[in-house]
Amino acid sequence: MAVPLAALGALLLALPVLGLLWRAPWSAAWDVLGDDAVRTALRLSLVASLGATALAAVVGLPLAWVLARHEFPGRRAVRALALVPLVLPPVVGGVALLLAFGRRGLLGQWLDQWFGITLPFTLAGAVVAEAFVALPFLVLTAEAAFRNLDTRYEEAARTLGAGPAALVWRVVVPLTWPSLAAGLTLAWARALGEFGATITFAGSAPGRTTTVPLQVYILLESGRLEGAIVLSVLLLIVSVGVLVALRDRWLFTR
Amino acid sequence: MSLDVDLRVELGGLRLDAQLHAAAGETVVVVGPNGAGKTTLLRALAGLLPADGRIVLDGDDITAVPAEARSVGYVFQDHALFPHLSARDNVAFGLRCRGRSRRDARVVADRWLARVGLAEHAAARPGELSGGQAQRVALARALAVEPRLLLLDEPLSALDATTRAVTRRDLVRHLADHDGVRVVVTHDPLDALAMADHLVVLEAGRVVQAGSAEEIRVRPRSRYVADLIGVNLLRGHAERGVVRVRDDAVVVSADEVDGAVFVVFHPHAVALHRARPEGTPRNVWPGTVAALDLDGGRVRVTLEGPVRLSADVTPAAVTALGLAPGVGVWASVKATEVAVYAE
Repeated sequence: MAVPLAALGALLLALPVLGLLWRAPWSAAWDVLGDDAVRTALRLSLVASLGATALAAVVGLPLAWVLARHEFPGRRAVRALALVPLVLPPVVGGVALLLAFGRRGLLGQWLDQWFGITLPFTLAGAVVAEAFVALPFLVLTAEAAFRNLDTRYEEAARTLGAGPAALVWRVVVPLTWPSLAAGLTLAWARALGEFGATITFAGSAPGRTTTVPLQVYILLESGRLEGAIVLSVLLLIVSVGVLVALRDRWLFTR
Repeated sequence: MSLDVDLRVELGGLRLDAQLHAAAGETVVVVGPNGAGKTTLLRALAGLLPADGRIVLDGDDITAVPAEARSVGYVFQDHALFPHLSARDNVAFGLRCRGRSRRDARVVADRWLARVGLAEHAAARPGELSGGQAQRVALARALAVEPRLLLLDEPLSALDATTRAVTRRDLVRHLADHDGVRVVVTHDPLDALAMADHLVVLEAGRVVQAGSAEEIRVRPRSRYVADLIGVNLLRGHAERGVVRVRDDAVVVSADEVDGAVFVVFHPHAVALHRARPEGTPRNVWPGTVAALDLDGGRVRVTLEGPVRLSADVTPAAVTALGLAPGVGVWASVKATEVAVYAE
C-alpha cells in the first residue's frame, strides 16, 4: 500500500512543477522580462526581499542569541512567538501587521504622530511584512547554530582579550557562518515569495509595492497567462537554486 | 610579580573557598580529586566565573576585572583552539585583540610557534594537528600575549602515554621561561611533582594542604594525598609513642608525639605473613586481602581489617604466601618505619 501512495505523493509534488515547465513560453520569456511593469516588479522584489533579510538579520540574530544563551522567565513563550509567522496564514499576518503598525495601530499611531512614519501601503511596509514572515526561518536556524557553538571558544577568546565586538566578529560569526548563511538564504527565499501578508499590509501599488508574486497574480487576473508563467518559472528557478545551495545542510539529513 | 588569592565561589553543589600564594617565576600545582573545584578555581582566576574575596596580581586587585582585561593566559584542558583559524592565526589572536596589525601579530605568532617547535605547522588547521601539537599551539597562544598569570588546566591529560612524557618535559622547560606566575591544575601525581615549586591540595572546595612537594610527600595530611604519593595514612590519638587508630588497633612508633596525629608508613615497609609473626615487630595486625594490583615489578596488596593498608610485595611472595582476594594474613611494620606527626 505504501509504494503506490508514495508514488501518488511524489506525483502531487512533481506534476505542478512539470506543468509549469511544460507550458512555459520559452520564446516569449525575453519579451515578458523586458516589460516595464515586470522589470519594476523584479526590482521591487529584489529590494524588498534583501531589505527584509537585512531587517530580519538585525533583529533576528540577537533574538536567536538571547534564546540560545540566556535563561530568563518566559523564554519558551518568546521562542513560541518566534514561530508564530510560520503557522499563521500570511493574510492573517498582514491583518495583524495593520493592527499593529497601521496608522491607527498599536504602535503605528505613535510612529505616525511622532515621526511621521507610515508603513502600510509603502515599500517599507512590504519590507516589514516580508521580514515578519521570514523571521522564523532565520531565528530557528541561528538559534540552533548558537546553541551548538561550544562556549569554550568564547571563553578562550575572552582570556585572550577579546571584547564583545571581537567575540562576535572573530569567533561567533565565523564559527556559525555556514548555518547563519543557510538561515539568511532561507529567510530571503521566503521573503521573495511572500504574497499574502504583503498584499494585505502593503497593498499592490504598481511601482511602489507590487513585487513579483503580486505581479504574477495581476498578470493572471488580467488574462496575460504567458507573463504569469514566465515570472512563475523565474521564481521556481530561484527556489530550486536555494534548494541546491542548501542541500548539504538543513534540508537533507541522511 | 606575585599572586595572592583568597576567594570564594558557589557553583552548583560546590562551595569553593581557596587560598593560594605564589611569587614570580613560581609554578603552583593544584591537585585534588575530581569535583574538588580545581577547574572552578582556575576559571575564577581567569575571570570566567564571578568570585567573592580577592585576587591580587602584582599588587593590583583584579577580582572585579573582566576576563578580557586581565593579563591572564589560559590553556584549556582540550586546548579549545579556534577550528576556523590556522595555528598561526590562533597564536596571533590575542595580539590582534590587543590592536596589533595582522602582519605584526603573525610575525610574533611565528616566533612563538618556532619556540614550541611547530614552525612548519603554522598554516595547519587545528584539525590537522596531533594532540601533542595542539597542546603546544594552545601554550604558544596563551604565552604570546605575555600574560602575568598563566593558567593550565590538566595540560597533559588529553595526551596518550608516549606523547605525554615528551610534552611534560617540554612544558616544564617552557614554564621555566615564563617570568610570571603559573598555576597548573592536575590530578596526575607525576605531572604535579614534575612541575610544582609549590603544591596546593584541594578537596571538596577547600585547601587541605599546601607546601613544597617534599613537605607534602613527607607529611601528607589527607587520604587523597597519601594515595597520590602512594603511602599508608592513618589517623589516631597518640600517647607516649602509642597511637590508637581504632578501638581494637594501635600503632607503635619511634616518634614521641601526643594528641591527634597522622600516622604514615610506606607500603614497602609492610611485611605479610600467613601466621602471626613472633619477635621484634611491634605493629602486627590481622587482615584480609581485598585486591592485588601488579605495579611495575611489585604487587600492591590491599588489606581490609582493623587497619586498612597497602603492602608492596614481590610476585614471588604472592605465590609463596598463596595471596588471593579473601585470604587472611598478618601484616607487620617495624616501629622505626612509622612516622607520626601532629594533625
